[in-house]
Amino acid sequence: MIEFKDVSKKYPSGVMGLKGISLQIGDGEFVSIIGSSGAGKSTFLRSINRLNDITDGQIIIDGQSITAANKRQLRKLRRHIGMIFQTFNLVKKSTVQKNVLSGRLGYYSTFKSLIGWFSKKDYELVKDALERVGLSDKLHHRSDQLSGGQQQRVSIARTLVQQASIILADEPVASLDPITTQKIMADLRKINQELGKTVIVNLHSVELARKFSTRIIGLKSGEVVFDGSPVEATDEVLTRIYGEEIFKDGEDDA
Amino acid sequence: MKRPNIDTLFLTIVVLYLIISSFLSIDLGSAQLSSHTALNAFAGLFRPDWGFVNDGSREDLLSLLLLTLGIAFLGTLIATLISLPLSILSARNIVPSYGIVPRIGKFVSNILRTFPELIYAILFVTVVGPGPFAGILAIGVNQIGMLGKLYTDEWESIDHAPVEAMEAVGANFWQVLFYARIPQIGAKFLSLSLNHFEIALRSATVLGLVGAGGLGAPIIFAIQSRNWSRVGIILLGIILTISIVDYVTGLLRKRLM
Amino acid sequence: MKLKDTIHRNLPGQLLILLLVVIAIAMSAHATGADFGLFIRNHRQMGIFMGYFMRPDWAFFSRIIDPMILTLRMAVVGTVLGSVTAIPLSFLATTIVTGNRAVTGIVRLLMNIIRTVPTLLLAALFVAIFGIGPVTGVLTLAVFSFGIMSKLMYDLIETIDLSPLEAAESVGANPVQIVVWSIVPQISHIVASYILYVFEINIRASTILGYVGAGGIGVVLNSALGLFRYDRVSVIILFILAVIFIVDGISEFFRRRLT
Repeated sequence: MIEFKDVSKKYPSGVMGLKGISLQIGDGEFVSIIGSSGAGKSTFLRSINRLNDITDGQIIIDGQSITAANKRQLRKLRRHIGMIFQTFNLVKKSTVQKNVLSGRLGYYSTFKSLIGWFSKKDYELVKDALERVGLSDKLHHRSDQLSGGQQQRVSIARTLVQQASIILADEPVASLDPITTQKIMADLRKINQELGKTVIVNLHSVELARKFSTRIIGLKSGEVVFDGSPVEATDEVLTRIYGEEIFKDGEDDA
Repeated sequence: MKRPNIDTLFLTIVVLYLIISSFLSIDLGSAQLSSHTALNAFAGLFRPDWGFVNDGSREDLLSLLLLTLGIAFLGTLIATLISLPLSILSARNIVPSYGIVPRIGKFVSNILRTFPELIYAILFVTVVGPGPFAGILAIGVNQIGMLGKLYTDEWESIDHAPVEAMEAVGANFWQVLFYARIPQIGAKFLSLSLNHFEIALRSATVLGLVGAGGLGAPIIFAIQSRNWSRVGIILLGIILTISIVDYVTGLLRKRLM
Repeated sequence: MKLKDTIHRNLPGQLLILLLVVIAIAMSAHATGADFGLFIRNHRQMGIFMGYFMRPDWAFFSRIIDPMILTLRMAVVGTVLGSVTAIPLSFLATTIVTGNRAVTGIVRLLMNIIRTVPTLLLAALFVAIFGIGPVTGVLTLAVFSFGIMSKLMYDLIETIDLSPLEAAESVGANPVQIVVWSIVPQISHIVASYILYVFEINIRASTILGYVGAGGIGVVLNSALGLFRYDRVSVIILFILAVIFIVDGISEFFRRRLT
């Protein structure tokens, strides 16, 4: 379970990224975070694994505060939190295998990882994960030879071998075409349903949020303005999140 | 048409003045060119002394070329090994929040780079005595300055995204270095070192002028004794060796891209 | 599990390369007789050298100003002569202008050979042929500049945008007109920054040319070294450093304005 306790983030410029957020996300939920650009979606997500530090409050993951964790504890906590990025964040010149395997780094000592001494079990994990995302045949390809959708699936596989119970996805489909977008979102839903992992995803598209998630959180200027099920996210709610302009431009901007 | 402003006009006049006064100060007619020497020289240069290529001693052209290659290779190798840690310390984005460390690192490579390698050669000849080892040290130290800067630029220009991804899976500093940073630039580093091996080879051929081993000493001796055939064969050897090395390293570097 | 299934599948190849490198190191160490212990054992020598070095003979400074000015002038003249000859000739090294691969190939080969000869060697050679003095230095720097400039230039010309060129061709312009009207405007500011770059390199090179008798501050350096006057050597080196720093600074300022 992830617990936000009165969390705020103030940037050095004085801008508030997050304002007094308190909420809980239970195990196995599929949560979409929506809101216009600059609403604090990314800050929210990145504060969960502390890629961004918060300035006030506490975030507690399975009973342990990540806010108060020291370096070593932070590394341990991060092993349980996988992350998927808009730009995939793979090492382009490394093979798919090495990229996926690097998801295990948190479990290895410095020495073992520097000489690349990974266990047979972990190589099996890599194989299974790539099978699950349908890229078994790309094991030894260089990552930059893959298409955008394939690269994103490699990064999903990386979180799978991490055996994380929580998966954060920061705009995972914003650089992909509509068809690939549907596939990636379906992959995430499968992981959520079949493996029981908590998935929290930032989305630009309300449509996608409604279609795939079990819960939607709407952010506006760093505050939670909506928190409910997809059916509760009515047009009136959307106006509250995005303002009037969303309906003037027709549909959402995915 | 853009109207030239006063600044540009002033600058142009200054530059022209500098150029013209420099030309006037150097009396181009003062060269004591005797057609006799020049003819002899050219005739000799094109009639190389083939006997010098391999006369079985350790002082023939082949041995000296190998020696020169060895000096350049060891010099570049030492420079590469020392530049790696130096550049990690010099890069702003690797060792976090110790602003003073990168600045010192960059200062060190700036200073080392500024001295011409001949000056290092002079220094090391007095320290370790004349010989190839002084040449290796001279090239090594000079190249630390150059490679240190180039490596630092590479570290600083890498894509931060994979670094962030590795931090997110719980990797520590060394794991991030070896799994997210080095794979991005390893090939580039090798390519830069190969390129600097070419540069080092050019230096190594002349450092012998001050006693730092290699071909420099025999060539200056040949020039001073007006042994033009000998000069011709050495020049030919240098040009061929450098061209071959450039070609081979060029191929390797293309493969590394 | 098998090696080829792991991330170390290239290990045999990598080990082979490592082996080759180790062999190269062994051969080089043997040929050069490199002895790193010597460096440690002779640290006292280093100390003595540095001792003199750290006490520069400042009085000597007034006597090296003139040679330094001469050095700077040699660099200016060398840069100008080298660039002025390299710029037009480099067009011959591109197929755009010659339209002939053979001509381009031969011109490039000659330019490459010129670039291969180390500067100091060229200076030594010219000293023997043309005699001691700054003119020899200027000639060396001119050839040296020519080598660098021609390479920079023909690489640059290859990258330029050809569309205005086709336009010029279609109105029936001749090759010279093409160069003047469609190529020069595209590259003039880049060429200016190249010239500054060559000048920077020339400054470095010119300070040591005198070592073989080609005029300038290097002559003084050579004689100070010959007399073991390291206190003077120190002043000369510091002065060279200062000049290089200043020239680099000025040159960088202008190059930034040009881009």
